[in-house]
Amino acid sequence: MRIVTARRISQGFFLALFLWFCVVATVGERLWQMRGWPVNWFLELDPLTGLTSLLASGSLYAGLWWGAAVLALTLVVGRFFCGWVCPFGAMHQFVGWLGARSKPLKERVQRNAPHPAQQIKYFLLAFFLGAAMSDLAARLALGQVAASLAGALVLGLVLLATRKGQGGRAYALAVGLVLVAWLAWSLLAPHGGAWLLAGLLDPIPLVSRSVNLVLLPLADAPARVAWPEPRFYQGAGLIAAVFLAALLLNLWRPRFFCRYVCPTGALLGLVGRHAIWRVGKVEARCSACLGCDGACSGAARPAGRLRPAECVLCLNCLDGCPENDIAFAAKLSAGGEAAPDLSRRRVLAGLGLGLAAPPILTLSGVLGTNWNPALVRPPGSLPESEFLRRCLRCGQCMRVCPTGVLQPVGPSFGLEALWTPVLNNTIGTSGCQPRCTACSHVCPSAAIRPISLDEKLGKGKYAAQGPIRLGSAFLDRGRCLPWAMDRPCIVCQENCPVSPKAIFTRVAWETVLGGLIAGPATGNELAVSGKALRPAALASGDYYLQAGGARARIAANGAHSLGLTPGADWRTPAPGAPLSVAVRLQRPYVDPARCTGCGICQHECPVSGKRAIRVSAENATRERSHSLLLKGAGPG
Amino acid sequence: MSRDLDMERRRFLLRAGKAGLGMAATLALSWWAHDSQGPSAGIGQAEGVKLPSFAVKGTERRLAVVKSSHRVPALRAGLEALGGIGAFVGAGHKVVIKVNAAFATPPALGATSNPELVAELVRLCLKAGAVKVVVTDNPINDPASCFELSGIGPAGRAAGAEVVLPHPGAFRPYTLPGGRLIKDWPLLYGPLAGADRLIGLAPVKDHHRSQASVTMKNWYGLLGGRRNVFHQDINGIISELGRMVAPSLVIADGVTTLAHNGPTGGSLEDLKPTDTLILGTDQVAVDSVAVGLLGLKPAQVPWLGLAAQAGAGTTDYESLNPTKVELG
Repeated sequence: MRIVTARRISQGFFLALFLWFCVVATVGERLWQMRGWPVNWFLELDPLTGLTSLLASGSLYAGLWWGAAVLALTLVVGRFFCGWVCPFGAMHQFVGWLGARSKPLKERVQRNAPHPAQQIKYFLLAFFLGAAMSDLAARLALGQVAASLAGALVLGLVLLATRKGQGGRAYALAVGLVLVAWLAWSLLAPHGGAWLLAGLLDPIPLVSRSVNLVLLPLADAPARVAWPEPRFYQGAGLIAAVFLAALLLNLWRPRFFCRYVCPTGALLGLVGRHAIWRVGKVEARCSACLGCDGACSGAARPAGRLRPAECVLCLNCLDGCPENDIAFAAKLSAGGEAAPDLSRRRVLAGLGLGLAAPPILTLSGVLGTNWNPALVRPPGSLPESEFLRRCLRCGQCMRVCPTGVLQPVGPSFGLEALWTPVLNNTIGTSGCQPRCTACSHVCPSAAIRPISLDEKLGKGKYAAQGPIRLGSAFLDRGRCLPWAMDRPCIVCQENCPVSPKAIFTRVAWETVLGGLIAGPATGNELAVSGKALRPAALASGDYYLQAGGARARIAANGAHSLGLTPGADWRTPAPGAPLSVAVRLQRPYVDPARCTGCGICQHECPVSGKRAIRVSAENATRERSHSLLLKGAGPG
Repeated sequence: MSRDLDMERRRFLLRAGKAGLGMAATLALSWWAHDSQGPSAGIGQAEGVKLPSFAVKGTERRLAVVKSSHRVPALRAGLEALGGIGAFVGAGHKVVIKVNAAFATPPALGATSNPELVAELVRLCLKAGAVKVVVTDNPINDPASCFELSGIGPAGRAAGAEVVLPHPGAFRPYTLPGGRLIKDWPLLYGPLAGADRLIGLAPVKDHHRSQASVTMKNWYGLLGGRRNVFHQDINGIISELGRMVAPSLVIADGVTTLAHNGPTGGSLEDLKPTDTLILGTDQVAVDSVAVGLLGLKPAQVPWLGLAAQAGAGTTDYESLNPTKVELG
């Protein structure tokens, strides 16, 4: 078998496996449902996911160590992940092949020539690593040794990988000053943090998000396999635009994303360029047909001085060489090799920008008093500052959520929150269902930590601390039917799943019709004059006739007569007595001490646009400083 | 030269012919698509469906009240008292069982139809000769979760029923003849299409707005759309639902009653053992018996009176001479 055939089979297999995991991330016990499928495996394999998560959070959660295995193997054979495993890479390879298929060799060689823009991915990598280790010095002081070691390794890697600029001493001084300033600021500044921004462009989170939130809902709308009803994801257009742009740019340059953008590829390139086994020429001199350059996916120039960091191990060069001059062997290329053309200054600029990004973004106050109450996070979410250290923006929680209430945050909430999960109770089939913890168990990085049903509901050993609150419902009395429009409703109260209910009602009587005059009565029938009534308009069971201080429910009405269902205190009014009609309203109130912020009331509220009862994140369990009620105060 | 001119002329004629065809096609298409009126207000309204009566001739005014703390024997005894399941379901019938699967809560909390009861009813229908039994509802919480967590989905499937979840294609616009509220409203028609029998199976539950939720309120789950607007006139909508559906049989499960915090419940403390299963062909009568389990008299529940007035049945259930069975 040709080696590229083997590579294609491998790519096809892993792409199919990836898509399968996207499909089976459905709550249920059937074969094609969640059961025990390792649906996070590809996210865990991505070493950038693990590394940035380690740097930012201080530990490597659950299956994220798979990334270390990939890094270790990359040290031996180079970027096998990019060429043989990465499902996004497989997509790029295919579209790139489509675009290059009919092009003459000369043009293909030109398209595959190394380009300075290939540096961009290293700067992006530096930026994302910087953002993830922004407050590392402070955390070293707190004893987070593993993360700090990883940070030191990252700095070492950057310094090793970059080309020395001119003016060594001045440069060293500049680096030293920046580092000292960072350390000092990091140790002294009271706020800031480290954020996992890598997920914005990290290839596996990117492709997971795109497949889960764009492709799958489109494909499943007619098929109805993953969901019984069509799925909706807010802002899917932006996610799709990034994904489709990345795919279509392959028609211009093969593996565009891998060459110029992919920060994971950059990491693997830096780690794998000294790999023991690598692609290279056997003899320096060949007929220079340039067939290998024309076929090289990574723009690594196999015919000339090879750039091993750019080699994605597609092995097109090896397959196509008519002289068998290219081999995968444990030696350097006979044609010579070149390190990535990285200016230290630029990489350090990227790193520095990354280090500065969390403090700069924090200036908007989102982690302080200017926090956004619309960010109602899923149950089990860590406090926001910790959440942003871990959330990969992969969309797994939104994919698995059985109701579809979990939605990607749009760009208006800031770069740091973009595509992280938020509850939107006006989309999906319900709010957050009390007896569901699916998102917390699927989350690959524990931004939503795994919780038990007992913990969520505040039962068993969690009885003392009570249920997990996502926020609290608030009534908008100006929009609520019984509050603002004299109409009975209380759908929110009916649907509140908490026992005893967190929404209670108080009865109010509003006079809706006056100027009636009592006429003669026969039994429970009373003639009225003064105004003509619309027949049966008052017979709904919610209207009462008022006379003196007493009321009787109206069971039927004609234009000038009322059928009453009197209570014990009702006295038939004397003819000529003034009468009025009142509506009996049960007006809803929220008890924040009981409300879990599940949002079911908001989902069901009949005010269909902007709901009259809405959940916001005040009183959420995850942020103590956002709590609402003083413990022990009040009568209850 | 003349040959060249000839060619030139031929090419011109060919081009002129293509242009002419293009012009004709453009003008013809725009003529065909032209609309001088613009859309009218009611655009896009689909043809409404009709809901036939599922009542079985000769079984009118039957009512049985079984006292038992065990649902399955109570169901068997109750059906026996009504003349046997064979009086309602025959060979070749397609039977739809409208359960209450409104909430994604476990069966023990009593907010949804009991799965054992669903399964036994499915089995009895199949035994009586039904070729197909469909179990369906349009729940309030996420449908898939509701059917799974309530146990109704697995129990129904295990017993041989087809469990149908709502999806947009299953709804068709429906207008209740002479109705005030149900007008051009999406109805969960898919599972009902071609059905011969319709059986309602609902738990007896407290309901803060309507005081009680039993078999008539259960038809709410046949409505789609933003049906919650009907809560403005809860008694009106329940009585219209009672008029909309003429069931073959309804069963109210008051073996336990969700006596507080309804209709969602959420705690075992919200349940009260009331050891009663009520079966009948008159849904107003069945519900009138059932509200008694919540400590209510039919006269205190406006929707019962409205439904009776509208001809859906009688609140005077004693007039039906109910068969009373004590299973102890």
